[in-house]
Amino acid sequence: MLLIHCPWCGLRAETEFRCAGPVKPPRSEFIDKSDEAWLEYLYQADNRRGILEEYWCHEKGCGEWFKLRRDTATHEIMDGDTDS
Amino acid sequence: MRSDQRYSIFTLIGGAVRAHRNWKPAWRNPQPKKQYDVVIVGGGGHGLATAYYLAKNHGIHNVAVVERNWIGGGNSGRNTAVVRSNYLRDISIQFFDKSLQLYEGLSRELNYNIMLSQRSEVDVLLTTVSMRNMRRRALNMNRLGIEFQMLTPDQVRQRIPILAPMENCRLPILGGSVQERAGIARHDAIVWGYARGADSYGVDIIQNAEVTAIRRGEDGAVTAIETSRGRIKTNKLAIATGNENAAVASLVDLRLPLRCYNLQAFVSEPIKPVLDVVVNCPDLGVYLSHSDKGELVIGGATDAQQISFRKGGKFPMLEDTVSGLLELFPSFRRLKLMRQWGGALEFAQDGSPIVSATEVKGFYVSAGWWGGFKAIPAGGMTFAHLIARDEPHPLAAGYGMERFSTLNYLLEGGTTVPTD
Amino acid sequence: MSRANSKRLEFGGYIDRTQSLQFKFNGRDYVGFQGDTLASALMANGVNVLSRSFKYHRPRGIQNRGYADVTSLIQIAGINESPNILASVQPLYEGLEASSVNCWPSVSFDIGSIFGAFSPILPVGFYYKTFMWPNWHAFEPLIRRAAGFGKAPRRAPAGQFLSRFDHCDILVIGAGPAGLMAALTAAKSGARTMIVDEMTQPGGSLLYSKSELEGRFAIDWIARTVDELKSMDHVTCLWNSTAWGYQEGNMVCVSERAPIPEELISRNWKIWAKQVILATGAIERPIVFENNDVPGVMLCSAVMEAVQTYGVAPGTRAVLFTNNSSAYEILPYLRAADIELAAIVDTRSDVELDTVIGKDNSSVEVLLGASIQLVIRAGKRVKGVVVHAQDSSGKEKKGKIECDLVCVSGGWNPSVHLFSQSRGTLRYDDNIASFVPDQAVQATHCAGAITGEMSVAGCLKSAVNTGSKALSRIGIQAAPISIPEVSNGDHTDYQVDPFWSSTAGYKRVKAFVDFAGDVTVFDLKLAIQEGFDEIEHLKRYTTTGMGLDQGKTANVNAIGIIAFHLDCHPSEVGTTTFRPPYTPVEFGSIAGSQTGDVVLPYRHTPMTDWHRAHGAVMYEAGARWRRPGYYQMEGESMNEAINRECYAVRNHVGIYDGSPLGKFIIRGEDTEKLLNLIYTNSFSGLKPGQGKYGLMLNEEGLVFDDGVTFRIDDDQYLLSCSTGGAPAVERKLDKFINVECPELNVIITPVTSQWANATVCGPLARQMLQSTESDIDWSREVLPFMHVVEGIIAGMPVRVFRVSFTGELSYEINTPSRYGLKLWRYLIEVGQNWDICPVGSEANHVLRVEKGFLSLAHEVDGIVDPIDLGHGWMVSRNKNDFIGKRSMEIRRQSQPIRQELIGLLPKDSNQLISEGAPIAPEDKQALSEGFVSACVWSGVLERTIALGLLTDGRSRIGETVLAWDQGEPLSLEVTRPIFYDAEGIRLRM
Repeated sequence: MLLIHCPWCGLRAETEFRCAGPVKPPRSEFIDKSDEAWLEYLYQADNRRGILEEYWCHEKGCGEWFKLRRDTATHEIMDGDTDS
Repeated sequence: MRSDQRYSIFTLIGGAVRAHRNWKPAWRNPQPKKQYDVVIVGGGGHGLATAYYLAKNHGIHNVAVVERNWIGGGNSGRNTAVVRSNYLRDISIQFFDKSLQLYEGLSRELNYNIMLSQRSEVDVLLTTVSMRNMRRRALNMNRLGIEFQMLTPDQVRQRIPILAPMENCRLPILGGSVQERAGIARHDAIVWGYARGADSYGVDIIQNAEVTAIRRGEDGAVTAIETSRGRIKTNKLAIATGNENAAVASLVDLRLPLRCYNLQAFVSEPIKPVLDVVVNCPDLGVYLSHSDKGELVIGGATDAQQISFRKGGKFPMLEDTVSGLLELFPSFRRLKLMRQWGGALEFAQDGSPIVSATEVKGFYVSAGWWGGFKAIPAGGMTFAHLIARDEPHPLAAGYGMERFSTLNYLLEGGTTVPTD
Repeated sequence: MSRANSKRLEFGGYIDRTQSLQFKFNGRDYVGFQGDTLASALMANGVNVLSRSFKYHRPRGIQNRGYADVTSLIQIAGINESPNILASVQPLYEGLEASSVNCWPSVSFDIGSIFGAFSPILPVGFYYKTFMWPNWHAFEPLIRRAAGFGKAPRRAPAGQFLSRFDHCDILVIGAGPAGLMAALTAAKSGARTMIVDEMTQPGGSLLYSKSELEGRFAIDWIARTVDELKSMDHVTCLWNSTAWGYQEGNMVCVSERAPIPEELISRNWKIWAKQVILATGAIERPIVFENNDVPGVMLCSAVMEAVQTYGVAPGTRAVLFTNNSSAYEILPYLRAADIELAAIVDTRSDVELDTVIGKDNSSVEVLLGASIQLVIRAGKRVKGVVVHAQDSSGKEKKGKIECDLVCVSGGWNPSVHLFSQSRGTLRYDDNIASFVPDQAVQATHCAGAITGEMSVAGCLKSAVNTGSKALSRIGIQAAPISIPEVSNGDHTDYQVDPFWSSTAGYKRVKAFVDFAGDVTVFDLKLAIQEGFDEIEHLKRYTTTGMGLDQGKTANVNAIGIIAFHLDCHPSEVGTTTFRPPYTPVEFGSIAGSQTGDVVLPYRHTPMTDWHRAHGAVMYEAGARWRRPGYYQMEGESMNEAINRECYAVRNHVGIYDGSPLGKFIIRGEDTEKLLNLIYTNSFSGLKPGQGKYGLMLNEEGLVFDDGVTFRIDDDQYLLSCSTGGAPAVERKLDKFINVECPELNVIITPVTSQWANATVCGPLARQMLQSTESDIDWSREVLPFMHVVEGIIAGMPVRVFRVSFTGELSYEINTPSRYGLKLWRYLIEVGQNWDICPVGSEANHVLRVEKGFLSLAHEVDGIVDPIDLGHGWMVSRNKNDFIGKRSMEIRRQSQPIRQELIGLLPKDSNQLISEGAPIAPEDKQALSEGFVSACVWSGVLERTIALGLLTDGRSRIGETVLAWDQGEPLSLEVTRPIFYDAEGIRLRM
């Protein structure tokens, strides 16, 4: 089980967090594009073996949202919040 | 099927006399040829079954199955080997029941004991939501003439006498359901049986060959693959690589709506028989069966949050699954975990499989087989049909890729709504 | 009793001979001593056979030591009954009752051993080749009965389990010489240190060693070191605790056995360590020869431990069989136990005898370049061995040696299992003919025998070095520490010649590679012959390494034998991955405290006790909430109760507990914008006090949830959603405002359980509420449908919403949860004059079906959109965007004809149809056209009515369709999905 760095609370057990999927370009950029572009947005699953940037939420803690980079092959977390 | 070496109790007795020096390799280990009519990438259950049915049903024998490691080493060898057909929607029910029917005749067809044990699967239901879901499945299946029955709480207890006694049962059992024809089979035997069967028709099984590139002609059609064991020419390339489908498809610039999540399973130490049926408890997220070797084989829910390709279980999920198990069977507390494993499962956007041709000519995909063990025979049969005839098999017509561009989902989640 | 402790030596051992312990084994009484394991006590009492083997039911006794002794499996009886316990690690206690496993009727006469007689026609893989007719399932009962070891207890143990977290700088696994030394290095440097060991006593191999450290007995050094460690506050020592799982994140699971004997069976520690030092030692390797499983064949280390630690002589006349130098350490032990050494059989031919056996043993017969081929048994015990050797001219000769004990050492296998679990890679080391850790992937270090270092002095040194390295990784300078001098027989020049098996496996003999799974060398050879030459295929085909010890003793020999047959180097064969757990761990320990009330915990409203006291049958209402299903009165059936409750709501007044309904407070200047994005319909211009019903889609354009949102005041909205959907709605909204639209200035607070809700409904609801003590004007003019007011009822603050889920005049009265029960009681009391009737969810369901109101759990099965549900009017055409808009439009382009919500009237007006029944044509092969989502008996209509989804349903009103219930077709008429008060007059009263 991983220890994850919450930007607000510090290191906490993985079970306190929720992973909310890979980071996508903003939704607003696609709402008036072609059907194909919209479907691309809807389905584009970054289903990659390797490092993925993801949204995480300290759901059972402070509720903070942040991004982190994680290796999908090993589950290793590369670094903490890339925004703040 | 033709085979130069039949398996039976008589050949075993014959073997005993000769100290079993008579047994030959179950399949050949050939050098790849320069060209094949069909190349299947992925030597798991689905890939090998596809090769077998290509040869048997469609007379296409010049087929290679190309496997990166050793056959059956992916999810075919990591699953809990449950077979059943109790689905919600007509399309799924008919597909999975065909698969179960094929399983029923498979040992004799392949002359290889797949150890199909139709011991029934009993769903133990603790909430009205799961009761409603299972009842709807039962009603729909019964219309299609497929057996699946609801059970009263007493009937559930009769079939699973070791359930927590009523008096100290915090989560009351509201009822259950049972498919008598459901059960378990031996997962390795499916792989080996199909491999031996396909091999006997002349299919080449090429292990330790990783696909590194796919060559295409000017019209974009597939012409050859490059592997770690050299170039192999083919005009029909079919992929059934478990959780590598998205990666292989990207070699022809195709994006498949797939995601991989971690799922794990584990077994207990061998104990004497305590459980004669497969038990599934959707509300507690645990299912189990008691293997012929005496191990309880236990599975839990998918960790459908994080995309994962890791082989190995996640500990919080193990904790949750075990606590669910002990809620149903408090008497198992002193039984011991003996082996735990995990792997990646591939899900399509709507949770149903993909058996489809693609916009790349000569490139076929069989993907999204989470829970795909039970689908191996029908998956192989319908995929072979698609490859051989370039039109979908009626049973798998709903599994085409086009459903994603029109958003006509084939959602099997029952009454649950997909989130995120 | 006369034979009590007949094998016990007169002196020696670390047992307390003043404390004798009575115990029972297989129904017979025995006596052992404090400090014994069950195995040592049985050995002392001359008990030879402990269990029967997995496949062939062969008699098995003590063979190995500690957790490697998989053949000493027993079952313990009592209030904490447990199957599959290794006698070799079970501490003896007063009154212990144990029995053999896998035998019937008894361990000495086991019918199951007949499997051994059939073994010629049952080679490896025979299951795959036969039992196909009539089918496998027919053979299963017999096969299943024969398989398995112990029996699952019939009831839960009396003792408890716990789990806990911990953190440390340095976690040392293994408390042998290397582990203790590494822990001391870390602890003295000030690092927060934890050290764990699976045995009840720390010390590892030093416990039975004759080595001296700093001129004292090894056990003195152990005691002093442990005392020193324990004296430091920042050190935690866990003995009798197995590190069983090396997880990702450098977390190690440690199962501590019997922290409080009888009461606390075990406790699982989940330890996050900044650095882990594996000092897990090595396990002695058996050698494969025919009948190498017969009781009396023992590993050298097991014999040494029996003599030194327990004061037991496991035999009287021994043959020593080895391929390596460490085995010679046994000689003084044999002498001490007065065990005659009949011969030494060493597979190596270049052994300098003088140095290894010394003068005292100069008379013993030593056969070099020799091997044991076969064990001869008498009854169930070794009687002698057949040895193959070469004479001085190089000629093969064969000889028989009588003995009752065979001491075997095939070399040492480093315990690399946890290292492998941590995803570290392994490397074959020719020097020790086994696998050692290669590349670490996590913060993992190795010290001592796990690295292939077999001398005590070397282990101590390696521990200090490794400890310093681990400390430096976390920025701690290692404190200087002196390494103890080792004297007296340290094994400094370990030398081993790989020798895997006396038989290549061409002959069908019982030479076991894997004792746990009864796999022989013949099996391996046959599997290779059949093409299963990939190590993973071989493992699966033969089950080598898949038994109780997961290959701890078998795997390296198996790999050596495979390499021989494939004519390659063992490193080319590769290894299989070791998976958790290291040794089997109790399920109770894994679940820890996560049992009982905390598994799927229920949520209760403040009124639950009242409901129960008034005959409520409680239902699951979604999201783990419990709600009354119906209130059953004496002598009343369920249906009668439901009809009575429905009648009350339709004719006078009912009250129900609506507390579980999902509720969120939304504030912020962009709240209206948010609502317009998450709902299909427009929420623009909603005034304070007003509310609106909304449909929420997912991004794929399918209905996700529904509910009413009120604007409480200028700044504050209250969004309600379905009970079961609340957790998903919360997650969805939270992600939406934080990730998809972070520019929105809104704050969402879930308040579901902050508010209790008593809903008063029925034509007399207003009259009744007007008689309450309240400042609220209940009139239609001031509080019309879809409006909210705040006020006081009988001193309690309330928020009253005019929403109706029953189709009647209805007031949802919300009050802070602490007032919930009081408010409920008050309303019930006031309501007596109007014959108020508490109503459960069953009646609610009937009333909503009569009105055609949606229930997420019934009509919405994941693939419907608002138009399917007849709510096309709620899909705004003016909004550019809302969640699901684009997708819904795309779907409808290709699929204009879809399943639509309709009403259904069974032709037989008394016929109830099961919920979920498919609607389909007569032709059984045709696909279904929809399903019955709900069917109820309607009291007001005096007939059954139903709702359902039907392909192109709205244009088929008046048609007759078939619903299939239990496979039988029933006729129904398609109607509009509303059966009562179609104009909606009653709810707007």
